[in-house]
Amino acid sequence: MAIFINSDSKVIVQGMTGSEGQKHTARMLASGTNIVGGVNPRKAGTSVDFDGTDIPVFGSVADAMAETGANVTVLFVPPAFTKAAVIEAVDAGIELAVIITEGVPVADTAEFFAYAQSKGVRLIGPNCPGLITPGQSNVGITPANITGSGKIGLVSKSGTLTYQMMFELRDIGFTTAVGIGGDPVIGTTHIDCLEAFQNDPETEAIVMIGEIGGDAEERAAAYIKEHVTKPVVGYVAGFEAPEGKTMGHAGAIVSGSAGTAQAKKEALEAAGVKVGKTPTETAELMRAIING
Amino acid sequence: MDLYEYQARDMFEKHGVPVLPGIVAETPAEAKAAAEQLGGGTVVVKAQVKTGGRGKAGGVKLAHSPAEAEAAAEAILGMDIKGHTVHRVMIAAGAKIAEEFYFSVLLDRAQRRYLAMCSVEGGMEIEQLAVERPEALARVAVDPLVGIDAAKAREIVDEANFPEDLKDSVADVIVKLWGVYANEDATLVEVNPLVRTEDGQIIALDGKVTLDENAYFRHADHAGLEDKNAADPLEAKAKALDLNYVKLDGSVGIIGNGAGLVMSTLDVVAYAGESHGNVKPANFLDIGGGASAQVMANGLDVILNDPQVKSVFVNVFGGITSCVEVAKGIVGALEQLGVSATKPLVVRLDGNAVEEGREILAAANHPLVTIVETMDGAAAKAAELANA
Repeated sequence: MAIFINSDSKVIVQGMTGSEGQKHTARMLASGTNIVGGVNPRKAGTSVDFDGTDIPVFGSVADAMAETGANVTVLFVPPAFTKAAVIEAVDAGIELAVIITEGVPVADTAEFFAYAQSKGVRLIGPNCPGLITPGQSNVGITPANITGSGKIGLVSKSGTLTYQMMFELRDIGFTTAVGIGGDPVIGTTHIDCLEAFQNDPETEAIVMIGEIGGDAEERAAAYIKEHVTKPVVGYVAGFEAPEGKTMGHAGAIVSGSAGTAQAKKEALEAAGVKVGKTPTETAELMRAIING
Repeated sequence: MDLYEYQARDMFEKHGVPVLPGIVAETPAEAKAAAEQLGGGTVVVKAQVKTGGRGKAGGVKLAHSPAEAEAAAEAILGMDIKGHTVHRVMIAAGAKIAEEFYFSVLLDRAQRRYLAMCSVEGGMEIEQLAVERPEALARVAVDPLVGIDAAKAREIVDEANFPEDLKDSVADVIVKLWGVYANEDATLVEVNPLVRTEDGQIIALDGKVTLDENAYFRHADHAGLEDKNAADPLEAKAKALDLNYVKLDGSVGIIGNGAGLVMSTLDVVAYAGESHGNVKPANFLDIGGGASAQVMANGLDVILNDPQVKSVFVNVFGGITSCVEVAKGIVGALEQLGVSATKPLVVRLDGNAVEEGREILAAANHPLVTIVETMDGAAAKAAELANA
């Protein structure tokens, strides 16, 4: 089971022939992901050798899907070309597009998100580490060797906090860990992941990591109260972040009283979510739940 | 990035939004010359600061002659408004205002589209209007695939209950303001007030624009709009080194990888600081993914040059970033600094190549470096050292 990706996922890489794309395709392959092709119109018909595994390059997402039956794409395309690449994948009928690219103009994201939504295509990201279902499929840049398969579902805006939490809870393991990205507009939200984990029979408990900015955590808290029966523990980063300053994630900016870490923590606690003061403390709250 | 009012005015003008003549001045003499250039009559001298409430703070003055404009600029320049020093004023032509309205269009993060807000009751704080008389503030969703065309602008003025005889002219200005939003990659365009003058013109009297820094690559002029003077010198240095750094007020220097983990590190240090004289983080510094030893060394260079820093906490969870590079960066930076390095460093490494990274630090055996295995433990040690 798990959510969004599993061992049946057939993955293509848009931007596979670039340096980031090559590096991470090699890592994804090494962690067992079923990578079936890359896309580059100028290199169609060639292939790239990854340590003995030959991955064909197609001229378009449509060609790649027709030849391989791919249902997932992961994008390592520069920001200026991301919108066109996502729209191409949506038009080709892909089920899931995972956008790793950092620095995509938000107007482009708003536009391709609206387009993908109108066609029923799920997007994850942009500016995200992607997602991993340990032992089955790893789509993006998450290190696969931190932890194995287990009972916890994880959703986080931040890549390194995802890794930290996977590391803290490596004794229990994860069904799927999703890094949804830190941009102001993202394709898959905390709520989408909470819903999917709630419906996934293998997920027994959920860790939700949030950070300052916007009100996604507050809305997730309301959703948890209403719809999630599995235990959820939370962590919120950004208590010390000053108002009006951007701290790396374009979405992590506090304006006025809304969007503060304190407001998010209180909203989560009011929904019955236990919230840790540090990642380690959060992991301990989860461990106590799993171990009864 | 937020623009100053005069920059927003210029951008409006470029896109055909009706504005009043305005000239920016950095000295009282320039202000006087600007007032003369505007015809020598009544002008408004307005402090250029990126914060609200400047009128109440005395940062906006009416001047009936160039001499009065000079005196007003003299009074306003150098003024402190909510922590912002006034370096510039805008000399704006006076207008005979009949009515004040409000319009804005911005990114609606929650709905993942745009939101236009409009009211026939402009001039006041819009947050206050939204709370006190929400029915007076029209909120109209804007589809990113369509934008604000003539039909959408009409819907907005209808929703806001503009009088029939004004609807066409206001809708026309709204379409032009959308032109600013869409063509300049803004995330906010706000006009407060949008006015009707006594002679019937619709004019954007005061504008706020926020630009998307991710879109600089397609706007050659945007980076030049950034205010170089306003940045903290350490922030300016970090920017020149392409580091993601924000100066804070505490004494524990922080370096980490990934925005989320670094934000978390600030919190964990402040939490640990509660038991160590309430020490706080001195900065945010994210070396990013896959950082080299040089990037790490550059980061340390910025932080160790902050006179407020008493200890440094390096917190890295290597995903793509190799702990070897981080360790080499630390050792290299300390070698370069030699005896001028005096501040203790607490290092916590995990993830990619952690054993090799820790070995490099252990082999260097630098007296200022302490390795602590857990994030919470390292934060406590760094806080303790800053409080020593």
